[in-house]
Amino acid sequence: MRPTRRHLLGALAAGLAAPKAFAQARHVYDLQPRSIGDGLWMIEGATEHFTDANGGAIVNIVLARGQTGLILIDTGPSRRYGEALATLARRLDLRGVSAVVNTHHHPDHFFGNQVFADVPILALGETQAAARAEGDGFSDNMYRLLGDWMRGTEVVPPTRALDGGSQLIDGRRVEALPLGGHTVADLALLDTATGTLVGGDLAFLDRAPTTPSADLPCWLGALDALESVGAAQLVPGHGPLDRAGRAVAQTRAYLGWLDTTLREAARAGLDMVEIMQHPLPPEFAGMGAQPQEFQRSVAHLFPEIERMELPRGN
Amino acid sequence: MIRVLAMAVGLCLGSGAWALDDPVTRLDDPMGSGMWDYHQVRLLGDPADIRFDDRVILRAPATAEDSLNVPLLVDATGIDNVRRILVFADYGPIPHVLTYYPEQAQPRIGLRFKIDQGTAMRAAVETHAGQWFVGSTYIDAAGGGCTAPAHAYASDDWEEKLGEIHGRLWAASGRARVIVDHPMDTGLADGIPVFIIEELQLETEDGTVMARLELFEPVNEDPAFSLYFEPGTLPASLRVTGRDNNGNRIRGVLGGGETH
Ligand SMILES: [Zn+2]
Repeated sequence: MRPTRRHLLGALAAGLAAPKAFAQARHVYDLQPRSIGDGLWMIEGATEHFTDANGGAIVNIVLARGQTGLILIDTGPSRRYGEALATLARRLDLRGVSAVVNTHHHPDHFFGNQVFADVPILALGETQAAARAEGDGFSDNMYRLLGDWMRGTEVVPPTRALDGGSQLIDGRRVEALPLGGHTVADLALLDTATGTLVGGDLAFLDRAPTTPSADLPCWLGALDALESVGAAQLVPGHGPLDRAGRAVAQTRAYLGWLDTTLREAARAGLDMVEIMQHPLPPEFAGMGAQPQEFQRSVAHLFPEIERMELPRGN
Repeated sequence: MIRVLAMAVGLCLGSGAWALDDPVTRLDDPMGSGMWDYHQVRLLGDPADIRFDDRVILRAPATAEDSLNVPLLVDATGIDNVRRILVFADYGPIPHVLTYYPEQAQPRIGLRFKIDQGTAMRAAVETHAGQWFVGSTYIDAAGGGCTAPAHAYASDDWEEKLGEIHGRLWAASGRARVIVDHPMDTGLADGIPVFIIEELQLETEDGTVMARLELFEPVNEDPAFSLYFEPGTLPASLRVTGRDNNGNRIRGVLGGGETH
């Protein structure tokens, strides 16, 4: 087997007892919790793509006070990020993290799991399966993108299946919505006490939605479901806290535009490279991670859309 | 494993056996990739009249999002009298992606291919006068595209859709788009033999060849091509013909018609 960058970095970590201090110092996550309700905090990620400068800290994390500690919703992109979360959690509540929930199986949302292996890690059953099936592939890609930030990170899929409906997680009442469309299974959680909806990556705000595992019609259906909850506030997977219903509306508008644009391009006979250079309308051009995210979406979605749109030739 | 060996062999020939691949005409590779001389000699046949030329344009995303489906647009419309265009990757277990004979088409083609690692991509254009013009671009990649089994093998219906064609002509813009369903197995994935389309062409109803392609293993599963003609010159329909290495015939018709 060809040694991957992950193996090389792993070997490096094992072989060097004391890596140079300045190199270590560069790779520190500065996580700032913000109170967004009684016993509820949010850590807001950068509305960017993975870069060496942000260390992959591009995702929103929620912490909610349970009966025996803090319930952590999503764990970030790396072992180091998970460790920073564990430290932060103990600062907010001496008892630390008592339970973990993963909204879906994308690496920025569950690669900190290994730090919390001693508490239950809950997710939808299909998310567990997808994390097992695709985790190693994601991991190779994350090591390629983030290098030393990923040092020592191992894929730990969620350990317990969570059903939809009203649930008690460490004594805190939540409504679990088993949805999908951003990936094969996307969990949204309504925190009953505060009326806060944790949308996972079904909802983005001012950051372009990502589509590597997307099913657009299914995703649009899930957005309707999120809207019908009528939550007081929504924590999107990426982007700022939303009290005005903007995240669902913007995500819906963008996905609809994306689908229409790709279908029209297929019907006009455009090639993928040509579509990637298509200028974005002003309302989407300013989103974080554009136009790169649009170009990625062309790669993810166009081959299948084109096959549907072009007539049969035999 | 096979890929590792192939790469090792490729690297040896690229550096160790330097003298063996000393080209007749020594070029200064703008990509500085270390494999150029080898391909100049082995793949292009060491032509004497050869140069890098900015009129051979390769457009592709800087990073391959899906290593099994990397889009590439080659445009040599700045070069006259083009006979064929070879598209290849400097670093890949099988470098040669395809050879395009534009015939009645413009020397411009959109394709998708499988990438195995970050590599310089090349388009080498030969004119009917035997001159060579080469363009390059670099594409970064996570890797594994050539050695991963085709998606099709994960599903049960690949045999039913084998050779199925989607596509059409746009006479006003001179475009043709054709997609042929085929696993395009490279032979590099364990236990799966080479199974690829080898020839594909567009021809008129009376048999005039309008454009012709030779495909190799790195072409993507369900090969998809954009071909470009002088606007307004395309007939109402073109026949698609071809065959794979197992003797399966590919036949279809592209029209200018409505979708579905
Ligand atoms: Zn996601």
